[in-house]
Parts: sequence; structure tokens; C-alpha cells
Amino acid sequence: MSAVATTLTDSAIMLRRNLKHTLRNPTTVFNAILFPIVMMLLFVKVFGGAFDVGGAAYIDYATPGLLVMAISYGLGATSAAVNSDMSKGIINRLKTMDVSRGAVLNGHVVVTTVRCLVGCAAIIGVAFAMGFDPAASALDWLGVLGLVLLLSFAAAWLTVALGLAAKTPETAGLGTVPLIMLPFLSSAFVPAETMGTGVRQFVEYQPFTPIIETLRGLLLGGLSRGDAIAAVAWCVGIAVLGYVWSVSTFKKRA
Amino acid sequence: MKRSAIAVSGLRKAYGDKAVLDGIDFEVTSGSVFSLLGPNGAGKTTTVNILTTLLKADAGTAHVAGHDVASETKEVRSVIGVTGQFAAVDDLLSGRENLRMMADLKRVRSAGRVVSQLLDRFDLEESADKLAATYSGGMRRKLDLAMTLVGKPRILFLDEPTTGLDPRSRRTMWGIVRELVAEGTTIFLTTQYLEEADQLADRIAVLNEGRLVAHGTPAELKRQIPGTHVRLRFTDLQELDAAARVLATSTRDDDELTLRVPSDGASRSLRTLLTRLDEHGLDAAEFSVHTPDLDDVFLALTEHTTTAHAGTAHTTTHATTHTTTEGTINR
Repeated sequence: MSAVATTLTDSAIMLRRNLKHTLRNPTTVFNAILFPIVMMLLFVKVFGGAFDVGGAAYIDYATPGLLVMAISYGLGATSAAVNSDMSKGIINRLKTMDVSRGAVLNGHVVVTTVRCLVGCAAIIGVAFAMGFDPAASALDWLGVLGLVLLLSFAAAWLTVALGLAAKTPETAGLGTVPLIMLPFLSSAFVPAETMGTGVRQFVEYQPFTPIIETLRGLLLGGLSRGDAIAAVAWCVGIAVLGYVWSVSTFKKRA
Repeated sequence: MKRSAIAVSGLRKAYGDKAVLDGIDFEVTSGSVFSLLGPNGAGKTTTVNILTTLLKADAGTAHVAGHDVASETKEVRSVIGVTGQFAAVDDLLSGRENLRMMADLKRVRSAGRVVSQLLDRFDLEESADKLAATYSGGMRRKLDLAMTLVGKPRILFLDEPTTGLDPRSRRTMWGIVRELVAEGTTIFLTTQYLEEADQLADRIAVLNEGRLVAHGTPAELKRQIPGTHVRLRFTDLQELDAAARVLATSTRDDDELTLRVPSDGASRSLRTLLTRLDEHGLDAAEFSVHTPDLDDVFLALTEHTTTAHAGTAHTTTHATTHTTTEGTINR
């Protein structure tokens, strides 16, 4: 078998393992799928009425941000799982068996991406049930899917790197807290213009804001070219950073 | 002469200033059981990690199945199976799924059949579909070993396979190891228990503070154990001096004020000994008969230099200053 085929087969075996892990851990499923929906209900039904989002229906305004939040919650379990693979005996077993080096990490990245996508699909479904009324064409939807996929994939590599860099599974879980906080400090739930100066500057320059604005533009119209370029650039940057960091830490640890 | 399954020469490994392996040499004959015996921290796991390509040595060479562990890792990994000190099983998978994952990763043909056979052999069928997290310590070790055996590795490394197991599980493990040997598998076993090495190993090497202090068959090792002896303790150095002159075959320990007199421990020879003491007006404060067990040699060989007693044959003071000659204990 060629090296690429070996890696792919090994990665698929590890992916199957990680999928079983996810399905057998109710907390993971809850955090990745139900929790974003709970947050959605909270924001749309409880807070939303009080927010001024420039006249649009709040569900329409909030859905793009909720997609990004669903992704950040979908990441949650990954760093701890990666870390526990490294600190328990299983990685040594795989290493003495000559399993392709990247397979363990690939499995985690793919399962994380899948989890994020499922979470996003659930958000979209519930959004429609709550009266979400997007103006998106089929091509726009494809763009939304592409960006959600790209962000999930990029953030998954970053989360894997955080898991590898942490000393224990407990601190690994803590490492992803900033990723969960970032959607709140973005234009996800209220427009940046309504915030105080310092916060507003942070919000305008943090990666999630252009990503959310791009999703909003695709779904509701009024897509800004600058935001789209910034969004894709951030995603690619995060993916490269996460990948390089993961691989170098993995080599040191494994 | 069979060829060596494992050949190690001048192996060294240090972490910072601390030398964990300080130049060790040994060979393991194909199809035999070799046991590396030593206390915690002696360097046993480091040796296993180097031989199984997990760790690079600082100096020296190691060959497994004729392949250099440093440069031919792929070839080495294709012939070995490793069961580490801590069971490397996936808790969130069932026993069957754990084995299946190994079979898939090793591209084993008819994986389903191989998995069922292993479950059967290790008596794990009943719990095969329960998550490994629910297994007892003994079951986890069995599953761990079963996972290692997927794909029939020719050379097995078992790092303290029975540490922490109850006596029954330990005996089950021993039985499995014997079966594997009967099938022609070469086994490299580390253990803290001399009894285990004695039960299983063809050859034993005793590792202490990074050096091999003894090397031989279990019988050869046992021959080195000081025989049954009588221990006499006296109240002062003068008495000890006098007694040492009378009992010429004895070994003295001035710190403890004791004399060790070789004896078969039978009543007749004990009576003779006591009579001789009486004849010379000597009175021992304490009199005891020692029938040493196998642990005595281990303790003697792995004693710290600082606690070694002058005049005791088996101390590291002697052992570490001599190179190991195969088949003999350094003295």
C-alpha cells in the first residue's frame, strides 16, 4: 500500500473510534448539539426582544452568530480527548505498531468537524422552526456551507494543538474556553456599533466578526467583499497555525 | 547456536545528569524468555522503551530480530508486540471493538475470526461487548495482552505484566505466557518479582541503578544465594573477635556484631555449633537459623552501595566494579 493510502486507512480506523467516543459520551453530544440550541432559545426568546439590531427580525440577525457559536461548542470535547490519548498508554501502543503518525490527529480533526457541522445543521433547523427567513440563493447556501466547513476544520486543528500542548486533560479543556468566549465578544448577538469603544475595537478586529458578517451577508444579503476575504484569510491562518503547532507538538510528545 | 532475537550492546540513556542506563549488554535467544529483574527506577521501562522504538538511546546499539532499533524502526515494529506497564486499552470501546481496531490497524485478514479466537482464549467472551472501562484490573491486563497478540508478533515485550494483579490473575498471566513460549514466541519480560522471573524465564538479568549486576539462568542465580546459615549476634566486639576465630568458616559483620555461619540447619549440626561456642566460653546474645528465599539474592544484588556490609559476598560494591560475565554473578 502506498503511504497515502496507509494514512487514509489508518485515519478512517481512528475516525471510527472517535465517532464511537462521541456517541457514547452524552456530555459531548449535549454540549455540541443541544447547548447551542438552548443558547439560541435564550437569546432569541428571552434577550432578543430587548436588543436593537437595526430593525431586522432578531432570529435573522442572530442565526449567523449562533452558527459560529455552535462551532465553538462543538470543539469542546476535542482538546481533552486528544490530551488523554497522549497521556494514556494508547499512543505508545499505536507508535509501536507503526500506525501512520498523523492518523490519530486526523481522526480527531475529522470527527470534530463532523460534530460542528451537525451542531450547525441543528441550529439552522431550529432557526427555520422559529421563523428564520433568509434571502439566500442556492449559491449563497453553498457559500455558507463552505465557510462553516472551513471554520470548523481550522478551529479543529487549533483545538487539537491546544490538546497536545496542555499537560493534563483538565487543563486541555480549559484551553478552549477563549474559543467559546469569542462569539460573545463579536457581532454575533448585537451590532458592534452599540458597544463601548474598547470592546468595539476588539470586536471589530477579532476573527469571528468578519466570519459572522460574511455568513450574515450570504444569508441575508449585503455581503461585503472585505469581510469575505478577511473571513477566509482568518480561517486559513487558523488552520495553518493549528496544523503546524499540532504537528510540531506531536513530534515532541509522540 | 540459535540467532539472537534481541542483542543489546553498551546501551546508555541519561535524563539530564541522571544516568538511567549506564552501559548494559545482553542477548536474548530466539524462542526463549528473558527476564529483566530490578527494583522500581532501575531502568527496566527505559530499556523496554528503547527496544520498542519509543525512545532513542544516547549511546550503544540494540537490534531486535536483526534490525537496528534506531534506524530500522519500521522493520522492528512489524515483528514486535508491546504490553506496557499501564494497560493501553480504549475505555470507551468494548473489548471486541478494541481488538477489532488492532486487527484493522494491522490489516489482519478475517479480522472477525481472529478477534473471536482471542476473546475465547483470554476468557473475555462474556464481557466482549461491554466497555473496557467496566473491566476489572485483571481483565484489562488480559485485554491489553490480547490486543498485543493481534497479528502474532514474533517478539513480545511485557513490561511488568502482573504488577498490581491479584495472585489468581497473576497465575493466569503466567499460564498465557507459557503457552506463547510453547508456540515459539520470544519474550522479553520485566518484573519486580523474582518468583515471576523464576517461574517463566530461561535467563534472568538483574538490573540495578542502570547497570546489570547479575546475569544467568534461574538455577545459576539460585546457586549464588548464600545457603542456609546460622546468625549469631554478640554483645561486644571482643566476643565477636573470639567467636570469629573459633568459627573459621563464618562471615562477620562488625556493625551489627553478628557472625554468619554456614549450616544445613539440621539439629545435629546446630548442636555441634552450640557445643563449640560453649567449649570456648562464648555466649551469643541472639541465635537464629536463616533459610534464605529467592528474594534474598535480589535484595543483596540491588542493595545500595552505602548499605553494603563489608565481608558480604553479594553487594553492589563488588558487582558494579566488574563487567558482567554471562552465566555468573559478579562477586
